[in-house]
Amino acid sequence: MEFLLYFGDVFTPFNFILLLIGTIGGLILGATPGLSPTMAVALLIPFTFRLEPAQGLILLGAAYTSTVAGGAVSAILLKIPGAPANIATTLDGHTMAKKGQGAKALQLSFLASAVGGIFGVLLLIFLTPVLATWALAFGPSELFWLAILGVTVIGSLDSSSVVKGLLSGCIGLWLATIGFDDIMGAQRFIFHSSVAGGINVIPALIGLFAIPQVITMFAKGRTNLEAEVIEVERHPIKEAFSEVFRRSRALTIGTITGSIIGLIPGVGGQIAGLVAYDQSKKMSPERDKFGTGHSEGVIAAEAANNAMVGPSLVPLLTLSIPGSPTAAVLLGGLLIHGIFPGSDLFDNYPDVAWTFINSMLVGQILMCIFGLYVAGLAARVAQVPNSVMAAVVLGLAVFGSYSVQHSMGDVYVMMALGTGMFFLERFGFSAAPLVLGLILGPIAEANFVQGSMIANATSSFGQYFFSGTLNLTLIIIVVSSIGYSVWMELRSKRTVTIDESVAKEENLS
Amino acid sequence: MTGLPRNQHIVASGIVAAVGVSVAYVSYTQEPAAAFLFPRIISTVFAVLAIWTFGKAVLGKTKVGNGLDANSIRNIVPGLIVALVFVFWGAKFFGFYTASTGVFFLLLSLYDPAPHNEAKTWIKRIVISAGFLAVMYGLFAMLLSVYTPREILF
Repeated sequence: MEFLLYFGDVFTPFNFILLLIGTIGGLILGATPGLSPTMAVALLIPFTFRLEPAQGLILLGAAYTSTVAGGAVSAILLKIPGAPANIATTLDGHTMAKKGQGAKALQLSFLASAVGGIFGVLLLIFLTPVLATWALAFGPSELFWLAILGVTVIGSLDSSSVVKGLLSGCIGLWLATIGFDDIMGAQRFIFHSSVAGGINVIPALIGLFAIPQVITMFAKGRTNLEAEVIEVERHPIKEAFSEVFRRSRALTIGTITGSIIGLIPGVGGQIAGLVAYDQSKKMSPERDKFGTGHSEGVIAAEAANNAMVGPSLVPLLTLSIPGSPTAAVLLGGLLIHGIFPGSDLFDNYPDVAWTFINSMLVGQILMCIFGLYVAGLAARVAQVPNSVMAAVVLGLAVFGSYSVQHSMGDVYVMMALGTGMFFLERFGFSAAPLVLGLILGPIAEANFVQGSMIANATSSFGQYFFSGTLNLTLIIIVVSSIGYSVWMELRSKRTVTIDESVAKEENLS
Repeated sequence: MTGLPRNQHIVASGIVAAVGVSVAYVSYTQEPAAAFLFPRIISTVFAVLAIWTFGKAVLGKTKVGNGLDANSIRNIVPGLIVALVFVFWGAKFFGFYTASTGVFFLLLSLYDPAPHNEAKTWIKRIVISAGFLAVMYGLFAMLLSVYTPREILF
């Protein structure tokens, strides 16, 4: 119950104001289609430089939580999910809004988000210290495999092509080796003066997540958002409360599904929402009503996508392995303050760690309260034209990257990586494994070198890296995740081939 | 897969393969060898996967990624040129605030669907650009005290 000792820190006036700004800002940003939670958090990092570490994390954590929930606003009122995590919400939420139940759908989504989110953060609170103690058993070889696991799991599970996902991870790992090697004192891959000091993580994150979005907005050309905001009428909140708890099956399924999926690295909120929606539909006696504006669909999807937020941070805070792109961005936010998460985070910086986690708990409640009031405004902001949005994001990306080290080199790196990533994404590559490779590369290499030295002094290289329960377990997970993804890819190809042959036969007949 | 994305896939995966092979070559030829041990392992996997991807693209077996159609390319090119000129030259030459406001106005003019022949539209664009300048100055110069290059203008 150590976390209770630091609860008061959340309520100091400045911290609480930051929490409010992060929550309200996140709700509005989340409602804006094209601004993903990861990108919103990446663009916010430069604003945390002058803050204390805990304060910076409060702002970033609040933004992360509320952007996920804010995405429901545009999903319900505009039929455009603010983020991939809100896709499942659109299915019933928008239909409810069209039936004149927009306010009810919004209330249900924020209440379900808060319940799911609180459960997820409680899981984070109680699981993290346990796993942090367990993480003490990790030596260099285990940490090396863990870093490789972080890249391969996201590379294989998060990408539509396993090979391209892993290739993206390799590109990230290579980018991480650019610059001056501190251990051996050698210059590596310095092909331009901008990268002489290595690739700074923050400009890279901003570029990789923001610039592809900017160029995607360019690709749409001179178009207006062709979506009509559905006006919401008043709906008594008491009824929404009783409805959420009356639909406890959907709420429970959403919360548990989201929490479990959140713990698995690489499986994001989009999957959580869709799986919870699907399971809730299968287990509901009113399954025929799903898709026609049924409240259970909204509750399950929103409870799930917010329940995954807390558990998705468990691997980051205990093992320093970000389990998702947003967690990777949060790691960037920690690194700029000189804090490296891991097993000793709660011993060295208990105030930072617990204040951050507690703020996420309080943030869930604030998000629920303000979400209901900000929804109307957020839906209007969601209609900001692409041209304005692209120009604003580009400006923020350039200024934000420059502010990290006051270096034009960082701005060049940001733009080059972002432009390259846009084109790579068009050809099936993915930003998430690349980012994970970039962030985990130094961890993997440092532990690889340290492990090699230990192996040379004590045993053989093979024995050190390929024996022991933990090493073997991690290797098996790495291989299984790749194998599973390859199998899934082959299976889907076979299904497509069968569908094509059936279609051909039908055409012939 | 139509002809256009196939050619695009060949070019894209060819570039990635060239980078992968170059990285592997540099890793294996540079000294001290100990400093390049980890990059050698990474670059070997990188090169193998990149060549595999290139081979699949050449054989027309790439299933993922839609490439870019002509319309998207036409839409992207002006904005991307403006953005690249801004980042790699304009920001340093004119000063961050002048260049970013100019770019904001340019992008707004290029991609705003409002008709170009109405004075009201242009006034609106100028006002929004001025608002952007004020917000960026307030956020970065005043709130975060970031000293950006001012150069010949501001």
